[in-house]
Amino acid sequence: MRELALHILDVLENAVEAGATRITLTIEEDSSCDRFTFTVRDNGRGMPPELAARVLDPFVTTRQTRHVGLGLPLLAAAAERAGGGVQVRSEPGRGTEVSATFRLRHWDRAPLGDLPGTLLALILGKEGVHLTYLHRVDGREFRLDTAELRQALGEVPLTHPSVRRWLQEYLREGIAGLERPVE
Amino acid sequence: MPKIKSLDDLRRIREEAQQDLRVRLETGTRIIVGMGTCGIAAGARDVMRAILEELDRRKIDAHVETVGCIGMCSCEPLVDIEQAGHARVTYRNIKPHMVPRLIEEHLINGRVVEEWVVGRLPAS
Ligand SMILES: Nc1ncnc2c1ncn2[C@@H]1O[C@H](COP(=O)(O)OP(=O)(O)O)[C@@H](O)[C@H]1O
Ligand code: FES
Ligand SMILES: [Mg+2]
Repeated sequence: MRELALHILDVLENAVEAGATRITLTIEEDSSCDRFTFTVRDNGRGMPPELAARVLDPFVTTRQTRHVGLGLPLLAAAAERAGGGVQVRSEPGRGTEVSATFRLRHWDRAPLGDLPGTLLALILGKEGVHLTYLHRVDGREFRLDTAELRQALGEVPLTHPSVRRWLQEYLREGIAGLERPVE
Repeated sequence: MPKIKSLDDLRRIREEAQQDLRVRLETGTRIIVGMGTCGIAAGARDVMRAILEELDRRKIDAHVETVGCIGMCSCEPLVDIEQAGHARVTYRNIKPHMVPRLIEEHLINGRVVEEWVVGRLPAS
């Protein structure tokens, strides 16, 4: 994948596939420690320990009918290439936490990419899911909680075109503000 | 740079939007974008964005949602269009630049773009 935001979308979609109704995405960038970490926590069905232990292994099957994983092994490979790794913690019936770390300034770290696009794909494509998004860059913080948005909107859905346009701008500004701090 | 957008904007949007809510709920068009790993890697997120922008531009009301992997890797990005009373049509290998034609032909002119079709489900 060309962007970390695409990996993030893939992990978010895993949570949705697992039946999650609440998802928390945390992104932490710390330049003094040269670290970029994203964590996705969900309240989906979770995984039995045998599965959780092998979801990161690169698949060797031909995936003709029923493939075993692709997304997480790809993520693990990308993280390891960039001096980091992936951790999966899961509890059947309770949920899953997937955390990927990269060296921020590593040559092989993909750029973050279109994170607003990723968040919009999840928020608009899966209206029933409650997403909390927390992004920290060197101590600055931006957060968004779809429950707060819904409360402000009442019966107007998040998918309404005016809301969508607002969301896109809101995310773009918020995330850009993290990268370019207020002086 | 001060933040320009805030949650307060939403209250204003809410008031404006409430007026057209009743009208908006009528049309029964669903557009479904495949968001499995292969779909994402092949550009499905940007296709979804292009679809939303085109619907906006043409003032078309349709519900856009995502779906996980259906095991058709080489056909991704997949886009399904379902309209009340019509067959559900699955289009394959859709790129953002193909979206305006797809919307124009299928939703506005009511013509299926046969060369991009990979499957159909009869109307239920
Ligand atoms: N958040 C999650 N909750 C529960 N199970 C998960 C989660 N993420 C991944 N899995 C399990 O791990 C498998 C492999 O995931 P992944 O590598 O993303 O491939 P895929 O999603 O294509 O199956 C999934 O099929 C699923 O069984
Ligand atoms: S892994 Fe789902 S279509 Fe290829
Ligand atoms: Mg997956």
